[in-house]
Amino acid sequence: MDFGLSKTEELFLQMIREFAEKEVKPLAAEVDEDERFPLETVEKMAKIGLMGIPIPAKYGGVGGTNQMYGMAVEELSRVCGTTGVILSAHTSLCCAPILESGTEEQKMKYLPKLASGEWIGAFGLTEPNAGTDAAMQQTTAVLDGGDHYIINGSKIFITNAIYAHVYVIFAMTDKSLGNKGITAFIIEKGTPGFSIGKKEKKMGIRGSATTELIFEDCRVPKENMLGQIGKGFGIAMKTLDGGRIGIAAQALGIAQGAMDETIRYTKERKQFGRSISQFQNTQFQLAELETKVQAARMLVRSASYKKDNGIPYSVDAAMAKLFGAETAMEVTTKAVQLHGGYGYTREYPVERMMRDAKITEIYEGTSEVQKMVIAAKLLK
Amino acid sequence: MNIIVCIKQVPDTTEVKINPQTGTLIREGVPSIMNPDDKGGLEFALQLKDKFNAHVTVITMGLPQADAILREALAMGVDRAILLTDRKLGGADTLATSNAIAGALRTLEYDLVVAGRQAIDGDTAQVGPQIAEHLDIPQVSYLEDIDFDGNKTFTLRKQTDDGYQVLQMDAPCLVTVLASAVKPRYMNMRGIVEAYQREVEVWGADRIDVAEDKIGKAGSPTSVMKAFPKSLKPAGATFEVSAEEAVDIIVEKLKERHII
Ligand SMILES: Cc1cc2nc3c(=O)[nH]c(=O)nc-3n(C[C@H](O)[C@H](O)[C@H](O)COP(=O)(O)OP(=O)(O)OC[C@H]3O[C@@H](n4cnc5c(N)ncnc54)[C@H](O)[C@@H]3O)c2cc1C
Ligand SMILES: Cc1cc2nc3c(=O)[nH]c(=O)nc-3n(C[C@H](O)[C@H](O)[C@H](O)COP(=O)(O)OP(=O)(O)OC[C@H]3O[C@@H](n4cnc5c(N)ncnc54)[C@H](O)[C@@H]3O)c2cc1C
Repeated sequence: MDFGLSKTEELFLQMIREFAEKEVKPLAAEVDEDERFPLETVEKMAKIGLMGIPIPAKYGGVGGTNQMYGMAVEELSRVCGTTGVILSAHTSLCCAPILESGTEEQKMKYLPKLASGEWIGAFGLTEPNAGTDAAMQQTTAVLDGGDHYIINGSKIFITNAIYAHVYVIFAMTDKSLGNKGITAFIIEKGTPGFSIGKKEKKMGIRGSATTELIFEDCRVPKENMLGQIGKGFGIAMKTLDGGRIGIAAQALGIAQGAMDETIRYTKERKQFGRSISQFQNTQFQLAELETKVQAARMLVRSASYKKDNGIPYSVDAAMAKLFGAETAMEVTTKAVQLHGGYGYTREYPVERMMRDAKITEIYEGTSEVQKMVIAAKLLK
Repeated sequence: MNIIVCIKQVPDTTEVKINPQTGTLIREGVPSIMNPDDKGGLEFALQLKDKFNAHVTVITMGLPQADAILREALAMGVDRAILLTDRKLGGADTLATSNAIAGALRTLEYDLVVAGRQAIDGDTAQVGPQIAEHLDIPQVSYLEDIDFDGNKTFTLRKQTDDGYQVLQMDAPCLVTVLASAVKPRYMNMRGIVEAYQREVEVWGADRIDVAEDKIGKAGSPTSVMKAFPKSLKPAGATFEVSAEEAVDIIVEKLKERHII
């Protein structure tokens, strides 16, 4: 693995940093405060191709690497965790499964509009009684005649849901088979019987619209089945492997953002006649945190590198997410501490960053789940 | 329509440090960027490309590392990129620089030449206007806006000290642009991915149409005697008063400082 950036990646970083700084950062506090989905930012991202980074040019994407996609999520999250997850859920959780498991017709139908950002994507696996235990799906899909499925049930906590046009969802086509009875479907906005339910009020990433999906005798053409019947659970797990790189990058970005703020603040804030950055406690804390942030970055880069090069990366992604999320939580908590009382107010972005960081330990597999994935490989 | 944009790589700093021994810029450790006024000019050119399907070429004279700003221009959407680099071109002042660039332009087709108003390092604002003189084409400097009739006439808005002028000029011609006039587009992802797969043409001095004694050190009548950082001037005070009162205030201030 090459630890340096390629010239192309350097050029990309130059662009994405400027974009994040000028277009995303100025909205971050407001998006959080008003729980507002930043649609205008999505439009701007779409215009320059950010909504289709790892999608091949043949399907209307950019044909970039997963490394670049991870860097995009990182740099966006560095200034706004909400914007980072919007891109991550769209790319990793909706575009990727269609690209990896879709038929040629499905790819041609959905990917160009998703990659161009004309459509936003979402992913519906979690249910009220199927969280970590995702195999406990209660949503059902029953064949009706020869060419339609009727879907009934509901999904909760679905990112991007209100603004999405395409949803990759999972349902039981045969309950008696357990997780081998789960099948994936592509649902389009506006399908009769499909609606959006209540919106969650959240601690962090408050601009990302998180809602219920409701299916009431929702009739879906058979062509919308994604992958083979009964293969849905595998598709979900594979999708989450990739998604974890996105969330690890989000966590890394939030941690880096909190470092940026704290380094600046501790140099400016004076107590006892000198800047607080001159206290050894401050210096040692910053040194430790920076070391962890760099280590988290190496894990994300290494997982992306493996994915780009066709090397199994599932455990790498789990480690990147586990360590990235814990680092984000630690860095943001200590960032608030180093800001003192000011850090506890919404005048300073570290307060938001600490709230945003917490979710990275929960979604796309809790930290406990990542440990299960890592241990399972070790003890195999 | 063919548009050629002259871009320069400059150190990204408002606080340029100068080596006291040699009087030249210390560039180490300072990131290099595309000169901001040139990026504004490039944006206008790309807007004309969007509207009129213009073919846009960027050219820079500089060291091989100036390749980076050409890649950036490619990622923003230009069609062709030329790097003019040669030991013979080294040590150029503004006259030799403009002669070299004009020499390159003579070998290219153009309807519009775009330059920045001034480079943030050299800061002379001379190169653009000099190119127009060498090529004997009309020019409008300090451009804020540009439109084209689709045939051969540009309508231009030029910034002046106390407002602006709207002017018309026929192709072929040259403009110099202000960074503040327009927000440049971001590089797009497809452009970034392809930027290093595309060709940057590397031209030497033998490739351009200009006499050897007009370029490089030989073609540079100016030489730097001494270079030093400008000391910052304190912000002045503004008084909105009548002429009589102003006289009193000025006399008072001059006395205060023992000047009179
Ligand atoms: C803001 C937000 C956005 C989300 N976006 C999406 C989305 O877009 N699509 C989607 O499908 N889902 C989404 N989710 C759902 C998310 O993935 C789940 O919340 C998560 O997987 C945990 O499931 P749960 O909430 O049911 O927790 P539970 O599974 O009930 O877990 C509760 C606790 O028990 C622990 N636990 C559970 N089982 C075990 C075990 N076997 N061993 C040890 N510990 C265990 C967990 O680690 C956790 O600490 C989102 C959630 C949130 C909050
Ligand atoms: C500290 C210092 C030391 C210098 N030392 C010397 C020296 O030792 N000997 C000497 O002869 N000269 C020297 N110069 C002058 C230097 O060569 C000029 O900077 C150069 O000729 C360009 O002029 P400018 O930067 O003022 O550009 P400006 O005239 O301000 O630039 C206007 C526009 O012209 C175009 N342009 C300018 N340069 C280029 C380029 N290279 N490629 C493409 N387009 C371009 C751009 O569109 C730019 O926006 C020195 C300058 C400085 C500041």
